[in-house]
Amino acid sequence: MALMKVKFDLKKRVKLAQMLWLLYWISVMAGVLVFSMGLFFKIELRKRSELMDNNESHFVPNLLIGVGLLACGLNAFGGKICYDSLDSTKFAKWKSILKPFLICCLFFNVLLVLTAFMCFTMRIPLQFTLAEGLKNGMKYYKDSDTPGRCYMKRTLDLMQMEFRCCGNNNYKDWFEIQWVSNRYLDFSSKEVKDRFSSNVDGKYLMDGVPFSCCNPSSPRPCIQQQITNNTAHYSYDHHTEELNIWKRGCRDALVSYYGGMMNTIGILVLLVTALEVAVMIGLQYVNTSLSTLVNPEDPESESEGWILEKTVKETITDIMAKMKGMGKGNQVEEGAQEGGVATVS
Amino acid sequence: MALMPVKFDLAKRVKLAQGLWLFFWLCVMAGILIFSMGIFFKIELRKRSEIMDNNESHFVPNVLILMGLAACGINAFGGKVCHDSLDSAKFMKWKPMLKTYMSGCVVFCIALFVTALVCFLMQISLHFTLAEGLKNGMKYYKDTDTPGRCFMKRTLDMTQIEFRCCGNNNYKDWFEIQWISNRYLDFSNEDVKVRVQSNVDGKYLMESVPFSCCNPGSPRPCIQHHITNNSAHYSYDHHTEDLNIWGRGCREALVSYYGGMMNSIGAFVLLFIILEALVTVGLQYLSTALESMADPENPESESEGWLLEKSVKETISGVMAKIKTLGKGNQVQEGDERAPEES
Repeated sequence: MALMKVKFDLKKRVKLAQMLWLLYWISVMAGVLVFSMGLFFKIELRKRSELMDNNESHFVPNLLIGVGLLACGLNAFGGKICYDSLDSTKFAKWKSILKPFLICCLFFNVLLVLTAFMCFTMRIPLQFTLAEGLKNGMKYYKDSDTPGRCYMKRTLDLMQMEFRCCGNNNYKDWFEIQWVSNRYLDFSSKEVKDRFSSNVDGKYLMDGVPFSCCNPSSPRPCIQQQITNNTAHYSYDHHTEELNIWKRGCRDALVSYYGGMMNTIGILVLLVTALEVAVMIGLQYVNTSLSTLVNPEDPESESEGWILEKTVKETITDIMAKMKGMGKGNQVEEGAQEGGVATVS
Repeated sequence: MALMPVKFDLAKRVKLAQGLWLFFWLCVMAGILIFSMGIFFKIELRKRSEIMDNNESHFVPNVLILMGLAACGINAFGGKVCHDSLDSAKFMKWKPMLKTYMSGCVVFCIALFVTALVCFLMQISLHFTLAEGLKNGMKYYKDTDTPGRCFMKRTLDMTQIEFRCCGNNNYKDWFEIQWISNRYLDFSNEDVKVRVQSNVDGKYLMESVPFSCCNPGSPRPCIQHHITNNSAHYSYDHHTEDLNIWGRGCREALVSYYGGMMNSIGAFVLLFIILEALVTVGLQYLSTALESMADPENPESESEGWLLEKSVKETISGVMAKIKTLGKGNQVQEGDERAPEES
């Protein structure tokens, strides 16, 4: 009792093969798309690798690139098979490979589902990576003369302007680190000396933020220094002043940017999986309908196609029995060998 | 004595027709590209229309859009003619239109050349437009509470950040205008009162620039205020400090941006003209080859194709003579009309 049997005549078979060929080429394009998305994601991670701690994992983009290439290969091969299926002589050479190919496709689809799942869950390690990286980045902001870190200031400034964010969790993070280098501090000034001595670690802290935190939409010119001091500026209350500097923290901004990108990629991979399952089922129908021709010599004869030869339960029990049979076969072989060895000695 | 005659047999004619068909479709793609470049240019001008004075002319992008559409239409028609030329029955219906079509193509090539020229020359008018617009923009920077100008500050800040520029010619332009609104100035403060009174127009001027002029590549935190006062900042000399704020003026930055865009578009249009000329020449050869078949009933007969039926001089004198007879014909007609009236 086959699963989902369908009757085929020549016209129906030809139509199925043609449609399947078209779908296979669409799948090749989809594979190219997945590959390019993986590449794009890798480039985006690389661009901001300075703000992530060194352990950032490129596993997901590498997986996407690999899956994309594999999809292209498998689908191109499937398209060739479909193209040849209309000609029985050409199809004969592919007949023996078809069953292993279909099993490969099944495993590939499972891999695709796993990839999509990884895309959705990568957000969590990224959050920790960014938290650590941004904290260090802000610490090295002032070290624009230290080789290896001299571009941290520029990277951080450009990132804050591009993502419209300030600091790690919010702008107050800048109050807790010294972001002005000692090279630009006048140590003979009383004010500077006071600030230094009042701090436990000897850091020059102030309630000011860099210019890249400024919001261009603010109606008044940007207030960067003495942010929490209402009396330092005319007609200013830092509790109500919303538009002066960016309120959002950069970790939030970056996680939502990368998270959105990964969600989109994950959804696309799921759609590609659906397409792959459809072409796999189509190929199975083509395979079975061409194998069950009533009259093998006559191409116009009727035939039947199905997804599985027996019902799902029976197929699974068959596979289990086969695996047990293989296991027992090994044991019998070993027993025979051992017996042989024992008799020799 | 025809100009550049070439002998054709059936295989050669078929090859010419097929090659020409392919070229015509390439021209259609190029036409679509020109159309989309015109639209892109129009959008870019619109995006920054606030910092141009109101007279900015959308002539060039409109012409590009029109030329792109015309190119698509003309080349699609040409491709259809080529496709039909292999079948003599279908080709019959196109035969009478061919001569007019090809003169149309020549006129179109001339129009494309004029378009490319205009692309290259528009930079000059854009220069003046931007100078005026940026000057006004900076004047209205502080008017964030005036309806109609409340986004000028944001536009100008974003422009300066994006194009890495400061002011109109350079950063000193900001010293000459008041860019802080009176709403945020404490008029009970002595400093403020002195500054406002010391100025002829009663403006609050200072040696400062907005934050959007700051260069993120500077090793030290941005110095926006008291820029020319070396003693106001530790270890600072404004003559040698060139990374602090952007040194370039926004007019120059915007003109070079738009200028680069227009140069690329103009260069592409010139390349397209070459392609169009090639397909016109090819179509002329195909048309003459099909007309001059030795035996019209036999498709395999030999034929000759040429560029012009007579030499260039003879063709031009022929065209002039035709124009003169047209003129004389009109005069004779008028004379005839008058004569019956008189009699």
